[in-house]
Amino acid sequence: MSVLVYTENWDGEFKKLSFELVSYASKVAEMLNTTTAVLSLGNVENDELMKLGKYGAQKIINVRGDVFAVLDNQLFSTAIADISQKENASVVILSNNNTGKALAPRLSVRLKAGIASGVSRLPISIDPFVVYKRAYSGNAYAHVRIKTDIKILTLAQNSFEITVHECNATIENQEITLDPLLVKTRVNDVQKQTGKVLLTDADVVVSGGRGMKSPDNWGPLVELADLLGAATACSRPVSDEGWREHEEHTGQTGKIIAPNLYIAIGISGATQHLAGVSASKYIVAINTDKDAPIFEAAQYGIVGDAMKILPRLVEAVKEMKSK
Amino acid sequence: MKILVCISNVPDTTTKVRFVENNKKLDTTGIQWVINPWDELSLTRALELKDDPASGVTSVTVAHVGLAAAEPTIRKALAIGADDALRINAEPSDAFYVAFQLAEVIRTNSFDIILCGIESSDHNGSSTGGMLAELLDYPSVSAISSLQIRDGQVGITREIDGGKETLTLPVPFVGIVQKGIAKEPRIAAMRGIMMARSKPVKITEPVSVEAFTEVLEYEMPEPRAACKLIDPEDPKQLISLLQNEAKVI
Ligand SMILES: Cc1cc2nc3c(=O)[nH]c(=O)nc-3n(C[C@H](O)[C@H](O)[C@H](O)COP(=O)(O)OP(=O)(O)OC[C@H]3O[C@@H](n4cnc5c(N)ncnc54)[C@H](O)[C@@H]3O)c2cc1C
Ligand SMILES: Nc1ncnc2c1ncn2[C@@H]1O[C@H](COP(=O)(O)O)[C@@H](O)[C@H]1O
Repeated sequence: MSVLVYTENWDGEFKKLSFELVSYASKVAEMLNTTTAVLSLGNVENDELMKLGKYGAQKIINVRGDVFAVLDNQLFSTAIADISQKENASVVILSNNNTGKALAPRLSVRLKAGIASGVSRLPISIDPFVVYKRAYSGNAYAHVRIKTDIKILTLAQNSFEITVHECNATIENQEITLDPLLVKTRVNDVQKQTGKVLLTDADVVVSGGRGMKSPDNWGPLVELADLLGAATACSRPVSDEGWREHEEHTGQTGKIIAPNLYIAIGISGATQHLAGVSASKYIVAINTDKDAPIFEAAQYGIVGDAMKILPRLVEAVKEMKSK
Repeated sequence: MKILVCISNVPDTTTKVRFVENNKKLDTTGIQWVINPWDELSLTRALELKDDPASGVTSVTVAHVGLAAAEPTIRKALAIGADDALRINAEPSDAFYVAFQLAEVIRTNSFDIILCGIESSDHNGSSTGGMLAELLDYPSVSAISSLQIRDGQVGITREIDGGKETLTLPVPFVGIVQKGIAKEPRIAAMRGIMMARSKPVKITEPVSVEAFTEVLEYEMPEPRAACKLIDPEDPKQLISLLQNEAKVI
C-alpha cells in the first residue's frame, strides 16, 4: 500500500503546484500510515527530482522518455495506471488542473477507483474514505464517500499549504513499455505565454470588470499588478467585449482560481463570477456601488471610483516598496 | 460524421442552493433547470459545424442520463437544433455510473465525435468525459477551446497551463469542452420550439452497475467575515492592512 502522486513538469521543471501536491500527499499517507511515492513522466534532471523530497516524497519514480513531451491522455493514463499497480497504490493524487482533469477520469476506469475532484482539505475520514469537496460551483461543499478500494483525488490548486518535510528520498528509474500506436493525438503547434505571471499560479490577482468602463483605462490596473507581482484577470463581459484576452476571464465558465489575494475592481460580484474566485483567501472589492454583491464576498472594500482610487493605490504600493 | 453531445441537467447558475433531509438532498423547490453551460456551448458548436456543409457533419444527437423530470431540458436541446435525443432512464448517481450508461448507448449507436463539458456546474466532477473515453477505449482531448473539421480531418485547440496547443486526431474520439468552443450559446427560436415536439427522444433503461462514490451530505461555505470598509481618500490604509493584517503582499 502507498500513496502515489503524479506531477507533471514544465520543460523539465516542477512548479509550486507540484510541491503542494506532494505536501498534501504526504499528509494523506500519514493518515493512512503508509509511504508517499511521486511519479514523474518525461525528462527531468535528478536535482530537480530531488526537490520533491523536501516536501515528503520518500520514493521518486522517474520514467524518462521523449514520448512524454506532449500530453496524450491514453498514453499518460496507461503509464500512471501501470506504476500505480506496481506500487500497489491505494490513493492516487493528481492536480485539479487541465492535465489532472484529463487524466484522472481515465485512470479511474483503469484502476476501478472512484474520484473526488477538486478536494481542498485532508480527508474527513479514512475508513470509510470521506473527502470534502467543492460542489455547486463553490456555493456548497459535499462530503463524498469513495467506495472503491483505490481512491483518486485531484487537489484544487493553491488550496493546501506547502510544508517542508525533509526525508531521504530515493530516485528510482523505471521503464515502461508502451505501445507507440496508443498515441492518437498529434500536436502541431504550441503557443505559450511568456514573461507573464500565470493566472492559475499567481498568489495575487488584480482583476477588472465592466466598471473599468473602457479598454483604455487598464493602464493603472496593470501597473498595480506589476508592482505586486500579480497576474491580471477580468470578468466575462470584459473578455467577451474583447477589452482583455480570453485567458484572463475568471468565473464559472472561465478560470477557477484561488490566489491569496484577489482584488476585484469594478466587478459587481455575480454568482457566476464568484464561482471562480470565492476560494481566494482574501478578496478586496473596489466599487462605486456600496450594495454590490462583491462586498459580501470581500474582507476589505473601498466604495469609490476606480479611476480615482487605482492611481492612489499605485502610489501607495510604490511607497510601501521604497521603504 | 455524427456528433453526440452529452448534456447534464443542472440548476440555473444563479441558484442559491439549499439542502433538505439533514443536508443530504438539494432542495429543488423553485429551481429552474438548465442545460449545463459547457454542454450548451458544445451543442452550439456541433450545430454550427452541421450548418457548414464542408464539415461533413450530418447529425447532432444529444444524450442524457436522467429521469423523466429532465425532459424539458432535453426538449430545449432539440429546440436549439439537435436532431434527436437519447435518454437513459436512471438517476445520475455519480460520474462513473453516468459514463457507464453513456458508453452502453454509444456502443449500440456509433458516433464519430462525442462531446462532454469540462464540468457540470452541480457536482463539479470533471470526470464523465474522460471516463467515457476510457470505457470506450477512444482517445480523448480535454480543455478544448476550438473544434474545426475540414475534409474529414479534425483540428482541435486545447488549453494547457499558460498556453494552447493545436492538434489533430482521428475519429472516433471524446472531446471535453471548455469555454471558447462557441462564442454565445445558441437560443431556441419559435420554429425550433415547435419542431422540437416532433423530434424523436429514444428512452432506454439503464444497465446495472455500481456507482464508485456517494454524497453523504452537503454543507454551506463558512460565512466570510464582514467587509472592512476603507476610506476612498486614503487607500494607503488598504495597502497597510494587506501587508500587516492579512499578510498577503
Ligand atoms: C451561464 C453563465 C455563466 C457565466 N459565467 C461567468 C464567468 O465565468 N465569469 C464572469 O465574470 N461572469 C460570468 N457570467 C456573467 C455574470 O452573470 C455577470 O453578468 C458578470 O460577471 C458581470 O460582470 P461585471 O461585474 O464586470 O459587470 P457588471 O455586472 O456590469 O458590474 C460592473 C460593476 O462596476 C461598478 N462600477 C461602475 N463604475 C465604476 C467605477 N468607476 N469604479 C468602480 N466601480 C464601478 C458597478 O457598480 C458594478 O458593480 C455568466 C453568466 C451566465 C448566465
Ligand atoms: N447525467 C448526465 N447525462 C449526460 N451527460 C452528462 C451527465 N452528467 C454529466 N454529463 C456530461 O459530463 C460532463 C462533465 O460532467 P461531470 O463529470 O459531472 O463534471 C457534462 O458537461 C456533460 O457533458
